[in-house]
Amino acid sequence: MARIELVDVGHAYGGAAKAGTETRWALRPMTMTWRDGGAYALLGPSGCGKTTLLNLISGLLTPTQGRILFDGKDITQLGPRERNIAQVFQFPVLYDTMTVFDNLAFPLRNRGWKEAAVRTRVSEVAELLDLAGDLKRRARGLPPDAQQKISLGRGLVRTDVAAVLLDEPLTVIDPHLKWLLRRKLKQIHQQLKVSLIYVTHDQVEALTFAEEVVVMNHGEVLQVGTPQALYEAPEHTFVGHFIGSPGMNFLPCQLGANEVRMSDVTLPMDAEWLARAAAAGTEYQLGFRPDAAEVLAAPIASAAGAAWQPARVQAFQPMGTHSLLQLGFGGSSVWVRAAAAFQPAGDHVWLRPLPAKLALFADQRLVPRGAGEMLAVANSAAAGTSASGAAP
Amino acid sequence: MSATLHSAALALKLEGMEKRVGAATHLYPLNLELVPGQLNVLLGATLAGKTSLLRLMAGLDAPTAGRIQEGSGSVWRDVTGLPVRQRDLAMVYQQFINYPSLSVRENIASPLRLRGVAKGELEQRVATIAEQLRLTPFLERRPAELSGGQQQRTALARALAKDAGLLLLDEPLVNLDYKLREELRAELLQLLRVRNTTVVYATTEPQEALQLGGNVVVMEAGRVVQSGPTLQVFSRPASLAAARAFSDPPLNVLPARFDGTRGIATLANGAASGLASGLEVALSPAAVAAVRAAGVNEFLLALRPHQLHSEPGGCRSLTLQGTVELAEISGSDTYLHVHTAGGDVVAQWRGIHPLSLGSRAHLFLDPREFFAFTNDGIALFAPPAAIGDC
Amino acid sequence: MKPVNQKAWLMVLPVLLCVAFSAVLPLMTVVNYSVQDILSPTQKVFVGLEWFREVMQDPDLHGALLRQLIFSACVLLLQVPLGIAVALAMPAQGWRASLTLVLLALPLLVPWNVVGTVWQIFAREDIGLMGQLLARAGFDYNYASDANDAWGTVLLMDVWHWTPLVSLLCYAGLRAIPEAYYQAARIDGASKLAVFRHIQLPKLRGVLLIAVLLRLMDSFMIYTEPFVLTGGGPGNSTTFLSQYLTQKAVGQFDLGPAAAFSLVYFLIILVMCFVLFNFLKAAEAPADATKGNAP
Repeated sequence: MARIELVDVGHAYGGAAKAGTETRWALRPMTMTWRDGGAYALLGPSGCGKTTLLNLISGLLTPTQGRILFDGKDITQLGPRERNIAQVFQFPVLYDTMTVFDNLAFPLRNRGWKEAAVRTRVSEVAELLDLAGDLKRRARGLPPDAQQKISLGRGLVRTDVAAVLLDEPLTVIDPHLKWLLRRKLKQIHQQLKVSLIYVTHDQVEALTFAEEVVVMNHGEVLQVGTPQALYEAPEHTFVGHFIGSPGMNFLPCQLGANEVRMSDVTLPMDAEWLARAAAAGTEYQLGFRPDAAEVLAAPIASAAGAAWQPARVQAFQPMGTHSLLQLGFGGSSVWVRAAAAFQPAGDHVWLRPLPAKLALFADQRLVPRGAGEMLAVANSAAAGTSASGAAP
Repeated sequence: MSATLHSAALALKLEGMEKRVGAATHLYPLNLELVPGQLNVLLGATLAGKTSLLRLMAGLDAPTAGRIQEGSGSVWRDVTGLPVRQRDLAMVYQQFINYPSLSVRENIASPLRLRGVAKGELEQRVATIAEQLRLTPFLERRPAELSGGQQQRTALARALAKDAGLLLLDEPLVNLDYKLREELRAELLQLLRVRNTTVVYATTEPQEALQLGGNVVVMEAGRVVQSGPTLQVFSRPASLAAARAFSDPPLNVLPARFDGTRGIATLANGAASGLASGLEVALSPAAVAAVRAAGVNEFLLALRPHQLHSEPGGCRSLTLQGTVELAEISGSDTYLHVHTAGGDVVAQWRGIHPLSLGSRAHLFLDPREFFAFTNDGIALFAPPAAIGDC
Repeated sequence: MKPVNQKAWLMVLPVLLCVAFSAVLPLMTVVNYSVQDILSPTQKVFVGLEWFREVMQDPDLHGALLRQLIFSACVLLLQVPLGIAVALAMPAQGWRASLTLVLLALPLLVPWNVVGTVWQIFAREDIGLMGQLLARAGFDYNYASDANDAWGTVLLMDVWHWTPLVSLLCYAGLRAIPEAYYQAARIDGASKLAVFRHIQLPKLRGVLLIAVLLRLMDSFMIYTEPFVLTGGGPGNSTTFLSQYLTQKAVGQFDLGPAAAFSLVYFLIILVMCFVLFNFLKAAEAPADATKGNAP
């Protein structure tokens, strides 16, 4: 196992640009360190460069520029075998003619292990992956989830493996089995403390799997953070949009001295925060998560009532465990999550975005709150006051 | 939309439909009726028979037994064995299937040309559909020059352009990126809502089925397990199989023993694991009556993950304790895998709960929220959709 | 269950008629001949299975059959491994790949009698390039007089002519293997040999089945090239089944025995292909088990 460092690593499939032209980066030069034994996810849409990054780490590609270090040792020019990397692919890659046992033993036999040692190690790993009963069967005839476990097992049998890379490994797996397989993966990570890097376009897979998620778009790393950080404080509007289902709501807005203004809605806001936003860019957006607002079916006349805004119902989707509302609000269309029992009473509902969970973006980038507000957010998170629709 | 082109939504009636290939049965005999203009979701795991059923509906395959009838207005006609060309339907597949040598414009226009639609109207219709599916900037491109999402949009546009009475969609979004899937699903839903077409949409994902709404046909291993309005099937599954198919994360099933005289269920695994007596669950009177009527001593209690609450209160009179085996944070929710004396369970908690491994977790249950099934998986009791305060 | 659509029969009707006229009717004629003694166009005697009995006991036929079996075995043993090797060595993409494909396809484009003529000259020890080179190298080589030399030349000619077919099939098969398999093998530390044994060969099974069947059938029916090259000689040493048959039918005008033998010949090929096909298919079947149930 190893700590993986990328130093100014960039990749262009056409190679570096000749003088006078611009390099077409598949992965823009970036520097990053991956902790030994960590569980990471690379998250982004197709063509964002995540598979390129993965192939650079595994050694299937050599970077156009920069250096890759494993435990401080430069391995930029080494191939996958010398790097001791294991990889699980999107579709199960098996040796068709071999039994499950032979599949698992294959990397060890290639490395000249003694047959007795192979036997011990393979049965250990098979036990870990619940494959012990299938060892004598042909790998090809097994269901897709077992096949993916065999692919994973071929990586895990090696005791010297630096990291296991997983390239959308659950693509061919049914939803109810995804749960079991993901759980298995996490358990293995905890037992073996092996570094795992998991590439996916599926935010649920990325967030539930990883300790830290690297969000990418257009060959660029936009944010590296814990699932919590990505969800609560996306540093870029793309991250806010991409994480969460539905994603964060963004409303174009104007900055006042003590408030933000949208077409027909004005929300009070901290002056110092607004000043920093004004200094950070020229176009501003207010963001809030679908679960960071409260909705009422009918207006209430209380002192707090001033903060409730009417919003027109564009769509109403009961989801069994909760409901989703698409609302016309502040000149934009926003999604809000409400309780399962919530029913809109008419064309309009009453909406109140939670002030502690509002985010402000200037030119797509997050404008952090001041120290005071940060504390408020932390407190509200700790108290677990996540929003839920209130049914009157 | 022109009167010459638009065909009415079709009703479909399958009677005793069965499909066997060699020794393997892909579909056991089934009866199914689709209401015209309705959105129907086929929900089931891979190999549950969704695609087989769609192919039979389309007439791409002939059934081993049974017949299929198409209803338009009050007129029914037997379409069993009728070639798909003579049927009024369109189909979209998982793979992005377009004519590779034709431009997007010609791809969308192809079904209209086959019908001999006049030039002016054809152009107008192509333009409208392209606009609806946001393909206008790509009309002159070939499919190979498009991204996956745009390719599937083209395939959908072609199917919609046909304006058929029956639209069959076989997991149309499964090969797209997660976020793209979400966007296209919302758009598609909008488009289908305003159309008078009977839609059948196959999916493996319960969340997608719920989002689409309409009717659902739950399938498992070649059989229709249950069908009906989606939310109703979700809240009142007729069997354990239907409940399982509709639960993501997976349903928590706890074997229990029933004490008829006291009206109390005891979680069986609790006793097995050495506790003096298992955890006792005081069931609601309605549930007690249902279990008593079935006359069983042993049965299964089930809870959806979101019914294992993070906080006490109200009627959550029951506490299940266990060790956290895994805590998965999805952003809006936390999924806790907990090992309890009553069995392994998964809880879905709102918000972010960073619990470390091996720590104790307390799950608060409201006995009124339990589903009850016989050991054979037949539903005994389902909780009411809306449970009032205590 | 009622058939889905009867119109399909109309579509295949032209082909059925063609096949009927070109294959079934002649075959029936052959069956007719095989049970009669044709003394003159008007004088025919029914002889039952007499001709079959005679043919089966003909030592010349036994010789030709044995030679044929050895020849076909040699063809398969040489061309299939060689074809795979060539396919593996071929460049995967770029202009080199295109060029190799064209060069490789050339022998397949040459008419069979021309192939025979080309080799007839090419291998002559007096004026042929190969023959002269061999003679200069000190080999006592003459395919017209030495049975072994004749055999070698016929085999070499067939290898030159038909190995490209096997190569092209294998090349297409190799290109269909997803890149991930090679990547996985690199990561697993597999040697080139291991990649071949555990990835390429299993994935080539389908095309190899076709290649083996085609080569077996074709080689079993070989006629033109050896006829032009050696005329079946020296002696009978390169007389294979089809040439033996022609000698009987056209040379000696023994129509009855020739017809009987034609049927036997036909049956041998049919049975061989059937057995081989099922044998290879069975070997492949477990690999397809997972696909079988996909609805």
